[in-house]
Amino acid sequence: MIEQRPTAERRKASAALDEARLRQQAIGVRLRQMFDEVVNEDVPDEFLEILRRADERAEKA
Amino acid sequence: MDAPIAKVRPPRSAEDDAAFKRELVKLIPHLRAFARTLCGDPTAADDLAQDAMMKAWDARASFQMGTNMKAWTFMILRNQFYSEKRRSWRQSQLDQESAERTLVAVDDPEAPVALDELRLGLAMLPAEQREALILVGAGGFAYEEAAEICGCAVGTVKSRVSRARRALHGILEAGAYDRDGASASDAMRSILADAERLSSVR
Repeated sequence: MIEQRPTAERRKASAALDEARLRQQAIGVRLRQMFDEVVNEDVPDEFLEILRRADERAEKA
Repeated sequence: MDAPIAKVRPPRSAEDDAAFKRELVKLIPHLRAFARTLCGDPTAADDLAQDAMMKAWDARASFQMGTNMKAWTFMILRNQFYSEKRRSWRQSQLDQESAERTLVAVDDPEAPVALDELRLGLAMLPAEQREALILVGAGGFAYEEAAEICGCAVGTVKSRVSRARRALHGILEAGAYDRDGASASDAMRSILADAERLSSVR
């Protein structure tokens, strides 16, 4: 009886810890998803166009 | 007969430029994503990402191939963002307003609710914490790299990330982010459900 108590408490504490960890992981997954959504978008042509023009200028120089 | 330092370096070849350009092009999607987290407004973010891309291109001679180009370009983008903000207080006010509008607006009606809540929660964090959490938690940077990008100590980044995580968790748990009218109590539940769905798909 005396020994059961700390064990149960410890189990409870570790369950709470697992739960907190799970929640942090879930937020992490979401955060990456939010970022990756933009990473996976098609790059507007403008970017490559600007770079191409700069590259041409460099070649002429 | 000391040669001037500039002449010690071998002249830049067309191949060097081509290699640099290839790497830079690969980084554009990541620069856009980072810019979006700083600006909020997608158009302003793309302007920032383009400026950073061109700054990186112009500075290509000072970049040592084989070192971390992603961290280098992120640092350029971040510096660009903050120097523009300093240059014009009024502009930064407008940025702030448009960031808030974007953070509150839902672009995609199909988007899961939780993602929107995460954005709202992020918007409530202090800028330095938000930035550290995004670099480490979403950008995939090590603490050391994030510290280099932000120009601060590694320990500072670690503490900002951990404070950001705790604060964000608290905000989402309490549904304390700004959203008028709608009930916000189950933000965390919906984030958990989404995470579960995503992990079961993979």
